[in-house]
Amino acid sequence: MAEKLFYFLSFLSILSALMVVFSRNPIHSVLYLILTFFSLSGHYVLLNAQFLAVVNIIVYAGAIMVLFLFVIMFLNMKTESEKPLSWLMKLSGTLAGGLLLVIFVGVIKQADRFVPSEVDFNSQVGLVENLGAVLYRDFLVPFELASVLFLAAMVGAVMLGRREVGERNF
Amino acid sequence: MTEIPEIIRLVPLQHFMLLSAILFCIGVVGVLTRRNALIIFMSIELMLNAVNLMLISVSSYHSDSAAQVFVFFIMAVAAAEVAVGLAIIVMVYRNTRNIDVDFLNNLKW
Repeated sequence: MAEKLFYFLSFLSILSALMVVFSRNPIHSVLYLILTFFSLSGHYVLLNAQFLAVVNIIVYAGAIMVLFLFVIMFLNMKTESEKPLSWLMKLSGTLAGGLLLVIFVGVIKQADRFVPSEVDFNSQVGLVENLGAVLYRDFLVPFELASVLFLAAMVGAVMLGRREVGERNF
Repeated sequence: MTEIPEIIRLVPLQHFMLLSAILFCIGVVGVLTRRNALIIFMSIELMLNAVNLMLISVSSYHSDSAAQVFVFFIMAVAAAEVAVGLAIIVMVYRNTRNIDVDFLNNLKW
């Protein structure tokens, strides 16, 4: 059962990731990206990482994608279409990505087949209780530094988004 | 407590690695073949999520929580990055009425 669910979710995430790249309308791309994130959250739930599945939905599908959708509607890009790239550039881009995939597959095939042992396996590792203990005990300083990062990002976004005095439309 | 979940017993770790490699390469192809700055940005998000999937699957199979904390920090950094990046895109659009990356080549050489 879990096996079938894994292959179904993998198929769904690969298909929607392809649609993100190849759909013409940016709004459709955003919606397919949200579908990809939901299927990845399904993978996280299957892997017993419930906390990260919930955070993935809240942060990515909730906040980041709404921001993308908002910007696309703000820029009103539905009417203008991007200039099509020459077929040579498209072919070479696809070829480069495909070659990267070949390298990845070659490396993954050579990796050892890891089988977890029954003795010291802990299936509760991805739950909130365990992750919270690790986060606040071992990773406290990076966690606090993340707040400084957010402050910097917030100030930067506000400064960039502000309208300048001399209107610079060229 | 020590019972291994069904998916870890039935599906080898390589399949998860293969899935995240495929998603990463789709993101690379998206960055290389599309010229719309927003679509390129979305492809970068896709690549970040492929890496997250790889880290979470390895952490689950080895039952080690450090990688999951790392994924949590990656998500935090990605959220900050998206806020600043979209602000830059909006500002570029306001000044040039265009977000085609081939058009924005003033810093190229």
